[in-house]
Amino acid sequence: MSHYAYFVAGWLILIGAFGIMRSKNLIQSVVCLAVAQSGTYVLLLSIGYQWGGAPPLFGEPATKPNLHVVDPLVQAMTLTDIVVSATVTSMLLAIAIQIHKRHGTINPDELNAIRG
Amino acid sequence: MLSFDNATAMLAPIAVAIPIVMACVLLVAGRRLPRLAVDVVALATALAMVSLLAYLLVAAASGRIVTWAAGWTPHHGYSVGIVLVVDPLGAGIALLACSLTAIAFLFSVRYLDAVEAHYHCLMLLFLAGMVGLALTGDLFDMFVFFELMGAAAYGLTAIVVEDESALQGGINFGIVNSLGAYLSLTGLGLLFARTGSVGLPQLHTELAHHRPDALIVAAFVLVLTGFLVKGAMVPFHFWLADAHAVAPAPVCLLFSGVMVPLGIYAAFRIYWTVFAPVLPLGDVRRTFLVLGAVTAVLGAVMALSQRHFKRLLAYSTIAHVGLFLVALACLSVGGTAGALIYVAGHAGVKGALFLIAGVMLARYGSVDEYDLYGAGNGQKAMGVLLIIGALGLAGLPPFGTALGKALSEDAASAAGYGWVPVLFVAVSALTGGAVLRVAGRVYFALGPMPVERSPMRARGNEDEEPRLLHVPWTMIAPILVLLAGGLIVGLLPGAHSVANRAAATFIDSAGYSHQALYKLPEGIVAPTASNWTGVGLGLGFVSAVLACCVALAGLYGRRLAEKWPVLREAYGPLNLLHRLHSGHVGDYVAWMMMGLAVLAGFIGLPLR
Repeated sequence: MSHYAYFVAGWLILIGAFGIMRSKNLIQSVVCLAVAQSGTYVLLLSIGYQWGGAPPLFGEPATKPNLHVVDPLVQAMTLTDIVVSATVTSMLLAIAIQIHKRHGTINPDELNAIRG
Repeated sequence: MLSFDNATAMLAPIAVAIPIVMACVLLVAGRRLPRLAVDVVALATALAMVSLLAYLLVAAASGRIVTWAAGWTPHHGYSVGIVLVVDPLGAGIALLACSLTAIAFLFSVRYLDAVEAHYHCLMLLFLAGMVGLALTGDLFDMFVFFELMGAAAYGLTAIVVEDESALQGGINFGIVNSLGAYLSLTGLGLLFARTGSVGLPQLHTELAHHRPDALIVAAFVLVLTGFLVKGAMVPFHFWLADAHAVAPAPVCLLFSGVMVPLGIYAAFRIYWTVFAPVLPLGDVRRTFLVLGAVTAVLGAVMALSQRHFKRLLAYSTIAHVGLFLVALACLSVGGTAGALIYVAGHAGVKGALFLIAGVMLARYGSVDEYDLYGAGNGQKAMGVLLIIGALGLAGLPPFGTALGKALSEDAASAAGYGWVPVLFVAVSALTGGAVLRVAGRVYFALGPMPVERSPMRARGNEDEEPRLLHVPWTMIAPILVLLAGGLIVGLLPGAHSVANRAAATFIDSAGYSHQALYKLPEGIVAPTASNWTGVGLGLGFVSAVLACCVALAGLYGRRLAEKWPVLREAYGPLNLLHRLHSGHVGDYVAWMMMGLAVLAGFIGLPLR
């Protein structure tokens, strides 16, 4: 079962990349990029996940801390990753809008201003 | 509790924070301030960063500066904290980034007089990303700074669209680079799963006695892919020319001068600190020698066959990145020192050339070599500057490029690769010759008038922006400063010895880890050596002379081709090469996946 998460992560990254290759629409390309990035969320979270583990909260000195916890570090990394994703996606969507304004199309097959 | 060792250690995080804070200040206050005030504040910030990084560079020369953020210092060599490790090479490239940013701000005062404070804000965020990437000792922070740098760069590429037909360059740049960064993050995840840490010093200790199994190879290939995409190694290079064709000239100065070399820097930083003890040296060396040589040749051929001057310069950057890779691939002190000086000299020369391209665009409204035939006849002074820059690019002594080239050739010959000097001379001559050809056509009207002029550039276009009639000093001074900088790198006495020491510190992976985790003092012994050798000087002059021949052949070559039709047959493969650079982002991603497989094959197959 735990291997399944890694399989999903790899599949998301590859299908995202494949989507960009085949895309006929730049908005779709940007979303495919976000799909590829969600593969990294799944990978990071599944690396730190412990079956039956508790949340990583150590606060009450009276109770004996449960040391069988999920890894908080990868969760923090995933959160940072999501912030990065929001920044990059918004920036790229803004450029896609600019392209539509200037060229009247967002199909990468029809954009052939730069060659060679 | 303050657990910084001393005040110097505190300066490293401050160097990353200053540009971010000032970017926020400018974003808030920029609306109310006049443009001149915004320029002054931005320039002052960049200059303050230059002095701060210069101080850090001098301090790092006597030993790496290690800062554990928020006092999470290691206990018995173990820490979950985040670390900044400043060594001379890292501080040096960060200093280069700050200096180029200051020059770019000065150039933008008149060049980009229509932009608002957003531009300055993005430039400072870009600078923060570059400085952070150069100084951090944590793999995850590298990813974050890489993306900060990337997001700012995507915005800057599209902020003022210089070539209205090519906005797609911005989005190609963004998608390809971000996908590369996510592959790096995937590799980082694999490393974390194996070792439980993401700090470079900790990873070094964890992997030091490890077997190079499939997971390590996969992690190495994935982590490096992102940074090599930024470093524009073939076949990850496609985005570079597209982005440079669109971005404003002062932004191109930063892209070519420091952002692209920074990608290579990060890749080799990670190789040396994390993977050097695990992966066999010979495999890594072969990989980067081959891919670097391919990159250099492809970049040079593509540069020679461009008529769009900014794309020409972009491809010449790819060619020189290939040379840096070859030099670094020697995996020796000499090669790394050569690459270091080469990068510094190249930044000055290539930056000046990009700014001259900006001046051309501002004055004549185009950077097309054919359309501008004879356009600069009255401005011979700018033409002379362009020729000086072109000869610098070709490696004419005593430019820094020539010194870096000579040292790299030396190191490669010493390692037993006799073909490397030939490659360096040929690539320098081809790229320098291409720029010389442009100078000859545009400023001196040499050669026959080209017949294929673009019809869309007909005279009397009403809605065009008013052209610059007089080039202000804020645009000339940066060009002169950059050219002088490129010269000084080659003339500084002891530059070779200083670079040797920086390189020896850079490749001392065990020392990096031990100093960060156990505070052991470093014991770097680096050979002192004189700057110039007879062979180096000779090869420098040879490549400059060859560049002149290449330029003459380009200018008068049409007559030759009419005489000998055999020469026309070279156009077939060249056209194929041009068609491969299709401008389609899907194709670029496909090439990237292929590159990933090639890298994995190079590293993984010999290990079976």
